[in-house]
Amino acid sequence: MDGMSLLTITVLAVFVGFEVVSKVSSTLHTPLMSGANAIHGIILVGAIIVAGQAADPWVLAVALLAVVLATANLVGGFVVTDRMLEMFRGRQRPPSNVGAGSPGSTGSPGSGGSPGSGGGTTRDAAAKERRP
Amino acid sequence: MTLLNPTWTALLYLAAAACFILALKGLNSPRTARRGNLIGALGALVAVVTVFLSVKLDNIPWILGAIAVGSGVAAPVARRVQMTQMPQLVALFNGVGGGAAALVALLELSHTDEPWVRLAIVFTLLVGAVSFAGSGVTFAKLQGLMTTRPVTFPGLPVLMAVVLLAAVGAGVVVILNGSLVLALVLLVLGLVAGILLVLPVGGADVPIVISLLNAFTGLAVAASGLVLGNVLLLVAGTLVGASGTILTRAMAAAMGRSVAGIMFGAFKGGSTAGSTAVSERPVRSSSAEDVAVLLGYAQRVIIVPGYGLAVAQGQHTAAELASALKARGIEVDFAIHPVAGRMPGHMNVLLAEANVPYESLKEMGEINSEFKTADVALVVGANDVVNPAAKTTSGSPIYGMPILEVADARQVVFLKRSMRPGFAGIENELLYEPQTTLLFGDAKDSLTKVLGAVKGL
Repeated sequence: MDGMSLLTITVLAVFVGFEVVSKVSSTLHTPLMSGANAIHGIILVGAIIVAGQAADPWVLAVALLAVVLATANLVGGFVVTDRMLEMFRGRQRPPSNVGAGSPGSTGSPGSGGSPGSGGGTTRDAAAKERRP
Repeated sequence: MTLLNPTWTALLYLAAAACFILALKGLNSPRTARRGNLIGALGALVAVVTVFLSVKLDNIPWILGAIAVGSGVAAPVARRVQMTQMPQLVALFNGVGGGAAALVALLELSHTDEPWVRLAIVFTLLVGAVSFAGSGVTFAKLQGLMTTRPVTFPGLPVLMAVVLLAAVGAGVVVILNGSLVLALVLLVLGLVAGILLVLPVGGADVPIVISLLNAFTGLAVAASGLVLGNVLLLVAGTLVGASGTILTRAMAAAMGRSVAGIMFGAFKGGSTAGSTAVSERPVRSSSAEDVAVLLGYAQRVIIVPGYGLAVAQGQHTAAELASALKARGIEVDFAIHPVAGRMPGHMNVLLAEANVPYESLKEMGEINSEFKTADVALVVGANDVVNPAAKTTSGSPIYGMPILEVADARQVVFLKRSMRPGFAGIENELLYEPQTTLLFGDAKDSLTKVLGAVKGL
């Protein structure tokens, strides 16, 4: 692709990047940062290309290190963002459903005992039930 | 042999790029955020499958093995990490992404002799290395592996200037003759610059630096897209670079700071953080039972949660205390400072995890005028976000940061571990005021004791 097209794409992407986050509330700053962080893990594509064209063992070793690091960024980034947002869904109850929220609050000591992935699935299920 | 022709490849990359835009858009609203994140992950999956089908690749078993290792380490860590440790994990993931971009650029150096491609390589190397090392330092600060205070020394600005000049020099030579040795030198200079950039940043500014480094990694990835001639990397990296810049500015604005002030304030020698000694003035410390009486016979209580609550994993106990007080007919709200916890929005995540009802979580602008009507403001493990020095002391490192006006409440109760100053390293005059009561101890232990005492009233 020629330089002019690349420049056009870049400038348009800058404007899209500015535009999509311009009005976000401070509550979502952390998940948004984490989500953007996951997206640049797409450098994995570059790492795979370089590793796939490596002939020298040293080059391959460095490229594979890049693949490992990029995968950690990509996979870890999306997973950690999802975990943050799991919490947000729990609190997105419409005010009319306050009564339905009480089973959730009695469940809180239980989920406090195991803040791991198990707690996430039950909360997830509870959140689904709550939706109208 | 490849399965996809260039047109299909370009179309699938375009689809992935569109997914990333939708992901960022979705993350703007709590309602669509989770779906947005999943769309982003879908886009990434499409892109990775596309690269396997469109480029002739050797070493595929090795590559798949490396992907398995990377996901095998990162996914469980991301699943199991405590909510309180999330900020440093984001920093860590950001750093390794920057490192990966720098390594990709390094390996591409021998494949090109075009000066403008080499320019993109030099940029990726330098910015990727800065992001890697800088994120490493922020990780160490947040994880408590080193002091969270700003670290400065007299020669720091000079050293930084020397490192940057050397980096520019090495970069020019790499662009001219493609020297691998100087590219490695550049990598090392980038690492040193990253460390020097973050060391002088302390206090509550660390999350803003994480966000800034996140934007840096985005730019490095965009430049690597130019190096590899890959439009998806260019678009995705540019999106993150641009949105990350806006986000960094928004975060800084929520704290009443400017990004330039945070990054270069310490270089100017204006930082006073960490210089204040703990004074020996008397404070009123009290027992859990006394605090329980104050709370139990109040009409309106506002709980101000801070980082100490998060560290002690006390969010569930705080939620229980709120329910116990509500059961006594007391009006209870949580006042959430935008940067309570250690990242903007962090406290909302923690309290939502503890099932605190949405209606009880009040943002700063909404609750600040209501402290006047509160009988007790219960400050749990927070310090800087309620420190009146932000309004009154112009030399203070937090001067100008909006605070929660807890001093307006009739009584202020602090649950604190010790008299040690908060994250920003400055004393809180409010601790010595006559309406203030202190209960020393770990936030969760103190809350548990107070909860027990409230139930026994």
